Amino acid sequence: MIVAEQKSLDELKTLIGSAEKVLVVGCGTCVTVCFAGGSREAAITSSSLRMATKLDGDPKQVSDVTVQRQCEWEYLDTIAEQVKEADVVLSLGCGIGVQAIAEHFPESWVVPGLNTTFLGLPVEQGVWAERCAACGDCILGLTGGICPIARCSKSLLNGPCGGSEGGHCEVSADIPCAWQLIYDRLSSQGKLHVLLDLQPPKNWRTSRDGGPRKIVREDLRLASQEG
Amino acid sequence: MSASTSNNGYLSGSNLERVLRAGHFAVTGELGPPQSADSEVIRKKAALLRGAVDAVNITDNQTAIVRMSSIGAGAILVQEGLEPVIQMTCRDRNRLAIQSDLLGAYALGMRNLLCLTGDHQTFGNHPNSKNVFDMDSIQMVRMVSAMRDEHVFQCGDPFKGPEPRFFVGAAESPFAAPVEFRPYRLAKKVKAGANFIQTQLVYDVPAFASFMEKVRELGLHKEVFILAGVGPLKGPGMARYMQESVPGILVPGELIERLEAAGAPWAGKSKDELTKEDKKARASAWQAEGIRICIELIQQLRQIEGVAGVHLMAIEWEEAVKPIVEGAGLLPRPVVEAKPAEMAGAEAAHG
Repeated sequence: MIVAEQKSLDELKTLIGSAEKVLVVGCGTCVTVCFAGGSREAAITSSSLRMATKLDGDPKQVSDVTVQRQCEWEYLDTIAEQVKEADVVLSLGCGIGVQAIAEHFPESWVVPGLNTTFLGLPVEQGVWAERCAACGDCILGLTGGICPIARCSKSLLNGPCGGSEGGHCEVSADIPCAWQLIYDRLSSQGKLHVLLDLQPPKNWRTSRDGGPRKIVREDLRLASQEG
Repeated sequence: MSASTSNNGYLSGSNLERVLRAGHFAVTGELGPPQSADSEVIRKKAALLRGAVDAVNITDNQTAIVRMSSIGAGAILVQEGLEPVIQMTCRDRNRLAIQSDLLGAYALGMRNLLCLTGDHQTFGNHPNSKNVFDMDSIQMVRMVSAMRDEHVFQCGDPFKGPEPRFFVGAAESPFAAPVEFRPYRLAKKVKAGANFIQTQLVYDVPAFASFMEKVRELGLHKEVFILAGVGPLKGPGMARYMQESVPGILVPGELIERLEAAGAPWAGKSKDELTKEDKKARASAWQAEGIRICIELIQQLRQIEGVAGVHLMAIEWEEAVKPIVEGAGLLPRPVVEAKPAEMAGAEAAHG
């Protein structure tokens, strides 16, 4: 899932600026699951902003609404009226949600309420960790299902650097060394020979380095949209 | 005339390559460029290393702190008549920049290259910077070997003129985790084309001997020149710091005890009780012991089959290099003349 965390109340107030009517828009998908921008967080953010602006002597009209997915046009259509009435839309979606609202409502001013952080999973209650860098050319089949692009601090492809010690990365004792994890996993499965092959330099064009990416599936497109 | 005959059968013809291929026990040194544009610092350090080592590594923004570039400092070293080993990390440059800088380095007379991954930028003085890591050190070894031997850029395009012909090195940290994988990682570097290896600092000789045993089992010592990393300890504090805080460095307790013993006359006194002269005398006693230990380490490492030389890292203590090399009986450094071309074939077949 996409993992995000909330911006501080101070930053939200700065982003809202002089707007009077604020619409906080939550999203019912990834950011709900990571407790950053679902209906509950939208309601709390909304009431926090009401209280804070009142205490500041500049009370704002803040309301909130949550859609099932901010990243699909059909769900955004359901809040068109509320968006139109607001001076500013504070999206608690990920960066995709913020941009979807901006793109769908060209006349509205949209600001982000979250920092979109990574693609990952909850490793335990309250703890999320990065797992995928969306590089566009998955190599997990070579590394025992553990991604060195996302999880090695240097995205190395041919094994650990000299900074691996005691199972953790040189960057921090809180970061497990991805190559130690890969080594242990392949070792326990009797597949260490996989690590002896030289992996050539990666083709980063499938990653962001090739420019913004797009997928077109002709088999799924509607006749009216073709061409 | 092909490039290989122009080098009399050598890959690069560098002094380091000639010394190693003639079977001499090689000694390389290390020079850290300044955090300024001061060329005099390089010249002063070069003077301390002249005649004591076969080639001098020049670090590439070591510990991710901005310093004069390795190639810039290397050009000064070439002017001074010393031979640099250019260090190049994957942290700051993509494959375009690495290749282009190496064309420049070769044109400026540099002949040895050490390919490194590079310390993460969060350690240094620009922790908010973006890193590159377009390729890893093993891929860099392969790339620069192919530039020399296959006359192609990484993309496969052929050179339109003379190719850079480096003596290509890589590092290995024998005691970094996972320890069991390290000899195999060395094997990957050899497979990628490494001609020489410089290791992380070795203080635990038996542990290094076990590593070398595995290296010999894999036959790697016959395919690559291995230079064991050594460096003088300045005192028990530095020894303890290295043991506790630097990944892949093992400092046996007995060495720390020896350094403590050297400072024993001043032990038990608080900071205020020690005069300036006391502190100076204690530092000298520690340093003398550190140099003695380093000499002994070199002598012990030299006995290990497959160790072709030492890489002496006297970090910000270049004055120690000559006494150590001399104390280890490794002066004067050998002078190996370029061999005539007709001998080159035999050597290449042998090598």
